[in-house]
Amino acid sequence: MDIANIPHTTPRKSSTFDDYTLSEIRRAAATGIYDIRGGGAKRRVPHFDDLVFLGASVSRYPLEGYREKCATDVWLGTRFAKKPIHLKIPVTIAGMSFGSLSAQAKEALGRGATLAGTSTTTGDGGMTPEERGQSQTLVYQYLPSRYGMNPVDLRKADAIEVVIGQGAKPGGGGMLLGQKISDRVAEMRTLPKGIDQRSACRHPDWTGPDDLEIKIEELREITDWEKPIYVKVGATRPYYDTALAVKSGADVVVLDGMQGGTAATQEVFIEHVGIPTLAAIRPAVQALQDLGMHRKVQLIVSGGIRNGADVAKALALGADAVSIGPAALVALGDNDPALEAEYQQLGTTAGAYDDWHEGRDPAGITTQDAALAARLDPVAAGRRLANYLAVMTLEAQTIARACGKSHVHNLEPEDLVALSIEAAAMAQVPLAGTGWIPGKTGF
Amino acid sequence: MPSVDLATTPLRDLNAALHALSLDTPDTHWTVTNPRGRHSVAVGVAVPVTVEVAGHVGYYCAGMNERATIIVAGSAGVGVAENMMSGRVHVKGDASQAAGATGRGGLLVIDGNASARCGISMKGIDIVVKGNIGPMSAFMAQAGRLVVLGDAGDALGDSIYEARLYVRGAVKSLGADCIEKPMREEHHAELRALLDAADLADVPTTAFRRYGSGRTLYNFHVDNAAAY
Repeated sequence: MDIANIPHTTPRKSSTFDDYTLSEIRRAAATGIYDIRGGGAKRRVPHFDDLVFLGASVSRYPLEGYREKCATDVWLGTRFAKKPIHLKIPVTIAGMSFGSLSAQAKEALGRGATLAGTSTTTGDGGMTPEERGQSQTLVYQYLPSRYGMNPVDLRKADAIEVVIGQGAKPGGGGMLLGQKISDRVAEMRTLPKGIDQRSACRHPDWTGPDDLEIKIEELREITDWEKPIYVKVGATRPYYDTALAVKSGADVVVLDGMQGGTAATQEVFIEHVGIPTLAAIRPAVQALQDLGMHRKVQLIVSGGIRNGADVAKALALGADAVSIGPAALVALGDNDPALEAEYQQLGTTAGAYDDWHEGRDPAGITTQDAALAARLDPVAAGRRLANYLAVMTLEAQTIARACGKSHVHNLEPEDLVALSIEAAAMAQVPLAGTGWIPGKTGF
Repeated sequence: MPSVDLATTPLRDLNAALHALSLDTPDTHWTVTNPRGRHSVAVGVAVPVTVEVAGHVGYYCAGMNERATIIVAGSAGVGVAENMMSGRVHVKGDASQAAGATGRGGLLVIDGNASARCGISMKGIDIVVKGNIGPMSAFMAQAGRLVVLGDAGDALGDSIYEARLYVRGAVKSLGADCIEKPMREEHHAELRALLDAADLADVPTTAFRRYGSGRTLYNFHVDNAAAY
């Protein structure tokens, strides 16, 4: 047989050892350190796209889209706080630190949130005057590192968020690499300039739910029981974490799924620890219902919220509000295709840039480089964020009216069906066209 | 001189009264009786008053203290003077875990022993412990000074940043990247001032040894992987 004439099969790459996997093996072999990046889980997981609303029909009638009211406001902290928060829309801005973000980006988040009538949140680095000044409603995070924590800022806050974990890295602490530990960041965090900061993953002065209850009482005593106290958890065991947060005295539970963003964490952590947002909501709501605390202790859901449909679906599953992080950064200008040439120089492309820890963001958002940061106009970027929040709200209202609801909080699981068995099981709504909820009902 | 009996007065009323004081309040000396291990006694005080607590306290006594002098005539539970900004806290008995955790300023004096994680994540506070301290003390300590007249437990100063540790007794073991450093003249002077501030003028500095960061873990490197 003429070997040269034997037909060859076409080259076939391994599904297991795909191009990304091979590149990561080569990167690891070259550097000896794990891959660090920003953002949340990038792989496909069951998500809100796997749900659809049923809308009105013969048995349900809709509200007129431009005439009949569909309210969107939300109260947070009504359980214990003397001064609960009242937001115009059920979409809040998640905690992102000054340090991970430029001062201009933090200011823009405050401006956008304020224009839209919602809250923004500090991060693992303390409160800056820029964000306090531009944020009508500001949530002050209380983190394991306690960077920048002080009672003066605590009293200035409108709410306090005790951060136990986040969806991108439940059980992990924060990171901020040396490129971003500028003079100002170092001073705020009491750290040497230029070090690779590794935040603690556990709070230094309490362990477990019994201690958390005492810690929450201390924070309330310090602030004279005025401020709502949130407890934020990464989605892992949402039923028990929610129940224990309620038991510990939280006013609000913030539940962050694995698609929720981080400024910098190991890739392996982001993709392999924690559960999808979709899978976390119903167990958390069940815990609240079992305790008779649904709508009394509010639930904020985050992790992969992109549009008004996601907002409406999260609320229909029982959340009181949602929170956005990376989506807000995109509204400010992150990963803009207009910057493609510069992303190419960084070895990436617009839409995929996630080396936020390196501080070389051409959009001026995830950087401490003064020249890059100056590229972001906080006023214009804030306006873009406000526009985006308005669109999300209008979209959620559109869906709610179509389902006959006069308030977005009146959306309910019965308004939803799932397009996949996995989503049906996680969201505990029927597979479309059937009455089947896997694990719940027959046939 | 206001006196508050916690057997009959809700804790909320005590803390609210202390928070209501102005910086120039004439009520500069308070006594608190029957604390009975109550948590969060005299937290968030922001004015230069003295609060004497007659008995044992629970968690977080004097938490986030600014300017005040708070004296506990007993032992203190977890996190005494946590995140203190300034002022002085004096525990006449022992302190439980995480004494002075994340403190950013002021002086914490403990006459007895302090349990595990004393000075964890300290950010500028000064802590003087006349007895011993437990394991993992000064973990990730960022700034400030910790002085121990007795012994230190396992893993002292693990992952320490720029805090300075002075221990007179034995150190069971040092944590990752914590090393012994020479006691130069300026360190004796610094220690002298701290001891004086803690009313320990009769304690010489000669027997103390100094510990701090080796600064080898400040930036990631593959050869340090085992320490991360």
